[in-house]
Amino acid sequence: MATLTLNNVVKNFGDTQVIKGVDLEVKDQEFVVFVGPSGCGKSTLLRMIAGLESTSSGDLLIDGQRINELGPAERGLAMVFQSYALYPHMTVEDNMGFSLKLAGVSKEERRSKVLEAARILQLEPLLERKPKALSGGQRQRVAIGRAIVRNPSIFLFDEPLSNLDAALRVQMRIELARLHEELKATMIYVTHDQIEAMTMADKIVVLQGGVVEQVGSPMELYHHPRNRFVAGFIGSPKMNFLPAVAEGVGAAGVEVRLPGGGNVCVPANGEGIARDAAMELGIRPEHLELDEQGALSGRISVIERLGGQTSLYVETEGQLVTLMVDGDVAHRVGDDIRFGFAASRAHLFDADGLALESLERHPLASLTRQDNRAESKA
Amino acid sequence: MNTTTTAKTAVAPAHVSIGDVARAQRWRKVGMALLGWAVALLIFFPIFWMIITGFKTETDAVADPTLIFSPTLESYAAVQGRADYLKFALNSVAVSFGSTLLALLIAIPSAYAMAFLPTKRTKGTLLWMLSTKMLPSVGVLVPIYLIFRDVGLLDTRTGLIIVYTLMNLPIVVWMLYTFFKDLPKDILEAGRMDGAGTLQEVWYLLLPLTLPGIASTGLLSVILSWNEAFWSLNLTTSNAAPLTAYIASFSSPEGLFWAKLSAASTMAIAPILIFGWLTQKQMVRGLTFGAVK
Repeated sequence: MATLTLNNVVKNFGDTQVIKGVDLEVKDQEFVVFVGPSGCGKSTLLRMIAGLESTSSGDLLIDGQRINELGPAERGLAMVFQSYALYPHMTVEDNMGFSLKLAGVSKEERRSKVLEAARILQLEPLLERKPKALSGGQRQRVAIGRAIVRNPSIFLFDEPLSNLDAALRVQMRIELARLHEELKATMIYVTHDQIEAMTMADKIVVLQGGVVEQVGSPMELYHHPRNRFVAGFIGSPKMNFLPAVAEGVGAAGVEVRLPGGGNVCVPANGEGIARDAAMELGIRPEHLELDEQGALSGRISVIERLGGQTSLYVETEGQLVTLMVDGDVAHRVGDDIRFGFAASRAHLFDADGLALESLERHPLASLTRQDNRAESKA
Repeated sequence: MNTTTTAKTAVAPAHVSIGDVARAQRWRKVGMALLGWAVALLIFFPIFWMIITGFKTETDAVADPTLIFSPTLESYAAVQGRADYLKFALNSVAVSFGSTLLALLIAIPSAYAMAFLPTKRTKGTLLWMLSTKMLPSVGVLVPIYLIFRDVGLLDTRTGLIIVYTLMNLPIVVWMLYTFFKDLPKDILEAGRMDGAGTLQEVWYLLLPLTLPGIASTGLLSVILSWNEAFWSLNLTTSNAAPLTAYIASFSSPEGLFWAKLSAASTMAIAPILIFGWLTQKQMVRGLTFGAVK
């Protein structure tokens, strides 16, 4: 059992505030991912939880107990560093057993615990090696093994996969998800890679400039981003943003005029939106489709063919719009096309960049990874 | 020095063949090698001359310089007959290793604090420490002499150890600081997560990982202390006098007994020369540690 609670947590470095009052609840056995652009404070927040950085104000609680004043080791957490941070002068076995050695655990017990972790991570043949003689992926596994051996209440991961090549990253991603299931531990994972966040998280925390922009399940963030930043950050390729003008608000939603003259009625709560208010319409590239009767038109300026899918970059009213369409589309650069979208797929943002609440919740918005598993078992 | 120049490759004009370029490069290499040897020999020559003079008779020593003479150990015998070499040598060993050990004991925690818990004033402190090396020692001779006289440290090994420790401390702290700074912070943080207190962190992680640097710092400190003459001549007379005082005792009262003086000097520098030669690899490794990773 390990829950983590952050109450209005603040971090100042000199005169600059890098974490500006974060509230967060991490449930037992949850896989929580902190994601955000570099400099958003996600690593600092993790290091504060770890105890490697002091907390300027606010409370950190594990299972309701305040841990602000405890040292890193006393918090009962384990951390996997981006650089792996293995002890270069020790063998894999000594690396993994170091915490137990410091804790005064007997040699035999140490060995059995290390062997157990090595078995989970398939590290048994490497126990006598030094880190220098390991590949990047193996080092990563040793770093995880070192964390497992401590049997921590919460695992902390600081961008653990960013030093690995693409193929290995995918493999380790799957392995980490499997590990989470096997260990049934609470895990907090920091990354700037939104694919890692989407695929691994039960809950994603999107940070920007030391502020939590949104907390939610991956599907929640994808379908119901709270603001323009989250909408643009989650999803790849990035969501398109088009200037729009409110034409009217009704029970069916908000009617907006698009660049180029087309009108769309987006099913969103338009309370407080005045007529002629400047807004932004957000639509994901994968939700745009080629359509002779579509509300938008433009000229193709770049085509990227990925095989299964094709990205079209279309010049529309002085703006580049991205479309993700079928791989076999026959268009060429320079073609004039018309395209459109289902109004229910669109998002509306007010002048402050806040999203208008959707009138209808997406059926999968509350789905978590655990639900995925439950369904697959059924 | 002569190896680095070969890496430069000139872009040859069209009418110059590759053979010509290769030949020019070869000559350049030979030239640099010769220059390197010449400089090395020039630097070594006084030491070489001193060593062979020690094996001459006093008459040969002052005669026209020559390499042809009948070697003799009579100067060594005379030198040993007049002063107990071993006593001075033991003082040198005790004082240089003692002061080095003490300096490391003080400097390791200081350098740790400066490297891993720096404050706004750390850089300034480091510079200030180094700046004390620029003060001429003779400027503090009288106060230190008087203090030592009053507390009874004159002509004691303890006194010399204290002075040498203070003398070398800035360099030792500075060197250790640079070695410690090169250590990835993550490794120490990982140790902290694993439950290491500061002492365990230093003992299990910092010291083993920076051992080459610590060793070369220690070696340098030993050599500097061994060669130090100003303080040893001024603060010791007989009991704690190290080998530098031993050499000096042959120079002043006896006038120009070159052979004996050379024999004494050779014996005085021999231990540190051999020590330096044996630890050469370690020294170079330590001094370039971090620069080439």
